[in-house]
Amino acid sequence: MDLRALYEEVILDHNRNPRNYPKKPDGCNCTAHGHNPLCGDEVQVHVRLADGVIQDIGFEGQGCAISTASASLMTEALKGKTEAQASVLFDAIHNLLTKQESDDSAEAADRLGKLTVLSGVKEYPMRVKCATLAWHTLAAALEHSRNPVTTE
Amino acid sequence: MSAAKHIGDQSGRNLYDVQEVRKDFPILHQEVNGHPLVYLDNGATSQKPRSVIDAVRHYYERDNANVHRGVHTLSERATNDYEGARDTAQRFINASDRKEVILVRGTTDGINLVAQSYGRPLLKPGDEIIISTMEHHSNIVPWQMLAAQTGAEVKVIPVNEEGELEMDAYMQMLGPKTRIVSVVHVSNAMGTLNPVKSIIDTAHDVGAVVMLDGAQAAPHLAIDVQALDCDFYSFSGHKVFGPTGIGVLYGKAELLEKMDPYQGGGDMIRSVSFDGTTYNDLPYKFEAGTPNIAGAIGLGAALDYVKNLGIDAIAAHEHDVLETATRCMSDIPGVRLIGTAKEKSSIISFVMDGVHPHDIGTVVDSEGVAIRTGHHCAMPLMKRYGLAATARASFALYNTREEAEALAAAVWKVKEMFDR
Repeated sequence: MDLRALYEEVILDHNRNPRNYPKKPDGCNCTAHGHNPLCGDEVQVHVRLADGVIQDIGFEGQGCAISTASASLMTEALKGKTEAQASVLFDAIHNLLTKQESDDSAEAADRLGKLTVLSGVKEYPMRVKCATLAWHTLAAALEHSRNPVTTE
Repeated sequence: MSAAKHIGDQSGRNLYDVQEVRKDFPILHQEVNGHPLVYLDNGATSQKPRSVIDAVRHYYERDNANVHRGVHTLSERATNDYEGARDTAQRFINASDRKEVILVRGTTDGINLVAQSYGRPLLKPGDEIIISTMEHHSNIVPWQMLAAQTGAEVKVIPVNEEGELEMDAYMQMLGPKTRIVSVVHVSNAMGTLNPVKSIIDTAHDVGAVVMLDGAQAAPHLAIDVQALDCDFYSFSGHKVFGPTGIGVLYGKAELLEKMDPYQGGGDMIRSVSFDGTTYNDLPYKFEAGTPNIAGAIGLGAALDYVKNLGIDAIAAHEHDVLETATRCMSDIPGVRLIGTAKEKSSIISFVMDGVHPHDIGTVVDSEGVAIRTGHHCAMPLMKRYGLAATARASFALYNTREEAEALAAAVWKVKEMFDR
């Protein structure tokens, strides 16, 4: 296994200098807390959602290079996107990290953009949860906004 | 085990030829990710010598039958071997009587048994249970559950920067309300060897009983429950080169006699009727249901293995390996050791500037080095040091100085990878 395919330059850069971190956008109206009890990684994802569009997004927390870079890349990719677009990207990331047969089409690459640097994680099944933590947390944050009757 | 393994060093210490010892452990001879396996996750579980694997296989191939019932030959053999393992365990911890040795699932099971069978009927609101900050969750949660059930309070001995118990604070906590003190013999997260004799003696002065979590002590140092005068002691088979799902709980006979059974079922009864049931004698009162017979037999073989190699020789060997590891790791810029107690046993916990322990674990694994990364089931201890996790290398009797150097070389690679 090639470790440099996991720890790509882009991932190390986003780990060292995470974007939109630590940040809670003004007027933030969707927040969720994600926790991986196996390793202790924690992330809070904050979104300002208006008219179905992610107007601004940021995150806080502590995690490994994979989880930090994934969260950072996620915030970059989703700013200005609609909820529907975010959902498509979530599925694309999920496929990228868990599907045995990768979708090498130009269309898939186009959809993922910079996020393709996360593809190396697939070779390390123990680390897939690190890469998906922020995405699941985002999904929970958006879910909360649709179902505001929660205890949070 | 042949005596030929043993060699003396210049100072006359009884050591052994570690390369000969390694031949007894089949799993060690493999490559991982293109490198020879360097297994340094012994704190999580240890590898098994051929003699343990053979004992378990022999049992299933030749002697498998239920124990304590049936008059046929196989049942007699299985019973003899199962009870033989109890005798071996009794000698291993120097218990005065075999009935003080309860075969349980592991350390966790032993602690829960004591909490529920000893603690629950005894404790009243306002009574106090003392544990410490460096406990494994298995020596925290059973006491929290007991406290919730009885109205007792859990008090926690603090830990200093080096990873040692603050004994002055402990002495202050002890008082007429103290009923149970339960602390770890050797810390799983830092390797600290606690001053258990002094903890026990002072607890006895206020009339409290003491339980020791010996999970990380059993593979590394001699245990003498009579010399310690502890009331309960528990350890797990799989951390001392035996199978998983088997362990030992020692309890003083006078305490065990008075305690109610932990679970009801077969084997733990003398007679059952709908008018009333009488319980079996010790130790069977605490062993409801068909036990882990193969596990016990494997544990017996494991304890024999340790005894034949010599626990003092093991401790001396591991001390050398730990010294090498500590020296090599301390040379790496940005590496900080967590747990630098004066009295320590074969564990190095560390963190690295700018690199999360998980990433350390993945990179060193690519070099064939297996370590644990995470909170080590000791989240309150991690919080004490303001950490979410550490990386931990834990050594066993078969690890070598070269492997300690391999760990350090792999950690240098981590640095290279993240500094680029």
